[in-house]
Amino acid sequence: MNDLLVISPILVPLITVIACLLPGLSRRASDTVSLFSAFVLVAACVGLLVQVASHGTLTLRAGSWAPPFGIVLVADTLSVLMLAISSIVALAVLIYGVRGGEEDSSPGHLHVLIHGLMLGVNGSFLTGDLFNLYVWFEVMLISSFILMVREGKRSQLPGGLSYVLLNLLASALFLSGAGLIYGKLGTLNLADMASKLGALEDPDLVNTSGALIFVAFAAKAALFPFHFWLPASYHRAAPAISALFAGLLTKVGVYALLRLFTLVFTPDNGFSSTLILYFSMATMVIGVLGAVAQYHIRRLLAFHIISQIGYMTAGLALGGELALAAVIFYVIHHIAVKSTLFLVGGVLEARTGTADIRQHGGFYKSSPLLALCFLIPAFSLGGIPPLSGFWAKLNLLQAGVETEHWLFIGTALVVGILTLFSMIKIWNESFWKAPPEGMEADRPLSGRPYPAMLLLCVLTLVFSLGGAFVFKLAKQAATELCDPSGYLNAVLKGGAL
Amino acid sequence: MTTALAILIGLLFAAATYCLLRRNLMRVLIGILLLSHAVNLLLMSASAPLTRNPAILGPDGQPTPGMADPLPQALVLTAIVIGFGLSVFTLVLARSCFRGKAIDDVRDLGKEDGS
Repeated sequence: MNDLLVISPILVPLITVIACLLPGLSRRASDTVSLFSAFVLVAACVGLLVQVASHGTLTLRAGSWAPPFGIVLVADTLSVLMLAISSIVALAVLIYGVRGGEEDSSPGHLHVLIHGLMLGVNGSFLTGDLFNLYVWFEVMLISSFILMVREGKRSQLPGGLSYVLLNLLASALFLSGAGLIYGKLGTLNLADMASKLGALEDPDLVNTSGALIFVAFAAKAALFPFHFWLPASYHRAAPAISALFAGLLTKVGVYALLRLFTLVFTPDNGFSSTLILYFSMATMVIGVLGAVAQYHIRRLLAFHIISQIGYMTAGLALGGELALAAVIFYVIHHIAVKSTLFLVGGVLEARTGTADIRQHGGFYKSSPLLALCFLIPAFSLGGIPPLSGFWAKLNLLQAGVETEHWLFIGTALVVGILTLFSMIKIWNESFWKAPPEGMEADRPLSGRPYPAMLLLCVLTLVFSLGGAFVFKLAKQAATELCDPSGYLNAVLKGGAL
Repeated sequence: MTTALAILIGLLFAAATYCLLRRNLMRVLIGILLLSHAVNLLLMSASAPLTRNPAILGPDGQPTPGMADPLPQALVLTAIVIGFGLSVFTLVLARSCFRGKAIDDVRDLGKEDGS
């Protein structure tokens, strides 16, 4: 039963992909299958979360091959937290409704790609094998490549091409890092790598791999100076798709960094966390400055992703249990908040026909519900108590105080103010000011945007008001990351059960 | 053999980097292709017989010394297949970019051309 539970986050999207590929499936049928599977995925992931939170790490040896030879799937607290939140975002996006244009000849393919993306995302969260992580990443990327340029608009192509090129480059670097570390250690199982590294006389030799893999995931997470692809491409995709990307893609990169740089390339092995800290601070500042200068609503939000990624990796660099717990909480909160904001941005664009917030106005008066759906995540992102962003930032800053990184604290506070400033900018332009002349605000909306946005808003409120409970889970995950012996035990000796 | 392989890998990486830094989009694509070859060879070189023994037992049930490790070859095969698929996709994408308003300069990729 537990085996089935561990594999279900991979199995459910896979079956959906196959089902949606069946010939002769009508658009309505594929929509229904896809939405139903998203519900099943949420149920499976939440079930796994409950099971892992109460019984400890679960593992599944694919084909019953004992580690280090076979591929092992590991569901520890960090993995299942990420799985649960990702599945809820995917559900919200599917409720919002993903549709191609009227002339779209193969509506089922859109669902194939979305569930293909979820397949890759879930696989990356679960795998305990470095090369397998590469494969899941590629599964995720190829789906995202096609989703990005699927509508075939001219405007999508250049951004899409830079996205593809940069990701290919990053994948190549990741693969060379994996090859080098295999040459040194003779294993690709993460737990086995960690235990072999401990016994090695010259562990600094793996720093080459560490640097290569860091650059690869930094590019995928859009860390400075590898962030240029993100604001060039995200806002070009369809709104629902960009919400899915904004919530999940970069965070998979952050997850991989969290996993590898606490388990394998630990600071004890000589990998420089100071370097990561400075990169993170630059990311925070550059991302938010880009956002302040923007007037295209989803582009502005895309710059914010970069800035927030900086907070997450900064926490990784600070190290220690509190900082890691703060990062994990930050990632979860950010996935929910950012997806909501992209959905709101999509609704605003759909209703006015323009993405330029200077040409919006009056939405507070004309649709207060939409304003509420914007206000909750926007204030959360800006770090207003008692919303989830405040708890995330507070804990991160506390970790900074404990480790006495004053420069980081100063940067984080200034960037926080600028974040709030740019959120207020959207509020003023789109919601508060009187509608400009000639604005049409009653274009028809397709899909079911409000249930989707409300679902994510409720999730944000749960993280805010139930912050203590979620933070306890994040803390449990951080404790597991700080003391990998539990992870090693579960993988190498056959689990806690 | 290992030295020759190392030099070859180095040359491929150098050529790939050179191509990636060109402005011409076609050169950049060639750079990506060269890079994937370099990486595949690098993975291959990780299978050179080292101190450890591969997970293959001889007829006597003991690991056979001096045998190349087959795992990296499996990895390279996977990487080649994935790389092949992605290269084809990238070429198609680049071709769509060429078509119509010929973009062949990477600097044009960043330009806003309406939406």
